Amino acid sequence: MSQRRLIYLDNNSTTPCDPRVVDAMVPYFYDKFGNAASRSHHFGWEAEDAVDYSREQIAKLLNVEDKEIIFTSGATESNNLAIKGVFEMYAKKGNHIITAETEHKAVLDTCKHLEKAGAEVTYLKVQEDGLVNLADLEAAIKPTTILISIMWANNETGVIQPMAEIAKLCEKHGVLFHSDATQAVGKIPTHPRETGVHLMSFTAHKMYGPKGVGALYVSRKNPRVKVTAQMDGGGHERGMRSGTLNVPGIVGFGKAAELARLEMHQDAERLSRLRDRLQATLCQLEETKVNGNENSRMPHVTNISFKHVEGEGLMMTFNQNIAVSSGSACTSASLEPSYVLVSMGLGDDLAHSSIRFSLGRFTTDEDVDMAVKLVTDGVNHMRELSPIWEMYKEGVDLTKIEWAAH
Amino acid sequence: MAYSDKVLDHFKNPRNVGSLDKEAKNVGTGLVGAPECGDVMRLQIEVDEATGVISDAKFKTFGCGSAIASSSLATEWLKGKTLDEAAGIDNMDIVEELALPPVKIHCSVLAEDAIKAAINDYRTKNGLPELTDAAAASANA
Repeated sequence: MSQRRLIYLDNNSTTPCDPRVVDAMVPYFYDKFGNAASRSHHFGWEAEDAVDYSREQIAKLLNVEDKEIIFTSGATESNNLAIKGVFEMYAKKGNHIITAETEHKAVLDTCKHLEKAGAEVTYLKVQEDGLVNLADLEAAIKPTTILISIMWANNETGVIQPMAEIAKLCEKHGVLFHSDATQAVGKIPTHPRETGVHLMSFTAHKMYGPKGVGALYVSRKNPRVKVTAQMDGGGHERGMRSGTLNVPGIVGFGKAAELARLEMHQDAERLSRLRDRLQATLCQLEETKVNGNENSRMPHVTNISFKHVEGEGLMMTFNQNIAVSSGSACTSASLEPSYVLVSMGLGDDLAHSSIRFSLGRFTTDEDVDMAVKLVTDGVNHMRELSPIWEMYKEGVDLTKIEWAAH
Repeated sequence: MAYSDKVLDHFKNPRNVGSLDKEAKNVGTGLVGAPECGDVMRLQIEVDEATGVISDAKFKTFGCGSAIASSSLATEWLKGKTLDEAAGIDNMDIVEELALPPVKIHCSVLAEDAIKAAINDYRTKNGLPELTDAAAASANA
């Protein structure tokens, strides 16, 4: 039997590099290896030109000015820089930050860190559909609020937050708005200036670029936002992020941004069709539930609970053939159910039964057909083995059983 | 995390999946764990009343690969053992046999609990006192 290609449906954890991205990067490891900060010779100028071009491509994708893009090592650093940087820079204005329970750990743990440094943080619950409740958000704003940090799209469910509405509240109350847009940039239009987002984190490796390079958008006018640098050094990136620029990475990031701008719409159209087919077919199985608002969701993502089947065991039935995830890659080493799904009000039992499928530019129709078949077989196999599926089929009320929690 | 070959074997070809008549006097049923915790095991034993030897064992498990393998292995080990011998099965024996990593040790604990719960169910049904931990420990010695 020939070796079959492993089907990759975990594009929210990372995407493969587009070959056109790698082709663009290669010269910058060899002939064009200069330091973009070397102002005195050709090697430096060449590297600087390449960085400028990439910055322009990224700015075009976001419809912002080149100078508003600060390169970092990735979205985790961007989130740290945005939130810690605003907290320090605007300490005189206040110390209150509002975020949501379903944010990525890079935001939540940064906020927890700041709580030890005197910040007051409100972690909003989300609605059952994963969306932030705007009334709750406005009610949480106080005179000391300096920052609201809400992600553009969720990594586990793909749910897209009402960005423009949140931005209006921020403007009304004079609060800065940061968004972790890691999962959204390059996949759907993300225009921070038009939307009213003042700081926005994103990364190359979720949009077919290389790992290890990301960016923070920082609004330069109306309002002019400044963040306190979190690393001391040569004062690169307008003083906000010191460190020699990762020129090959940035070149790849720029190429990925250019491709995303040109191909995003056709990718999204194709992937939403594939995703819908995957979801509709899997939901023909009994006792399934799609998690998150289906009308405000990324085109390539679906998160499905298969009741009475444990997610990790289920994945083991097909992980020789398909790569998916039962939560974010950052938490898949732990045995805890997804905190994102729990915050949406799912019981721990359903949260343990959930699988995230995230498609990408290189996902084919055949991949989806094969995935549907293997996942269906896996769910049926695991239900054969599941005592609670048997009880459910016998009509036992599972909520009435006194489980021995351990 | 990579699974051991033995876990994969039990996971792909689980032994003794199924149900015994839980109302029968010579069947003991142990149901342990909770859906909220991500593991539920149901382990059943059928006892030959003349000899006190376990003649059959079945399981169903909701859980990860290690939980399924632990309960599958337990049913293999239970068959042919007396109740006292069965009570002496220690979770660390399962850990060793399946080469479970530290994060999966709770699966073996759950399997041991399921064995004890099934034995106790049988004993209660047949008017015998429940096993205490001390009794289990002496059986183990």
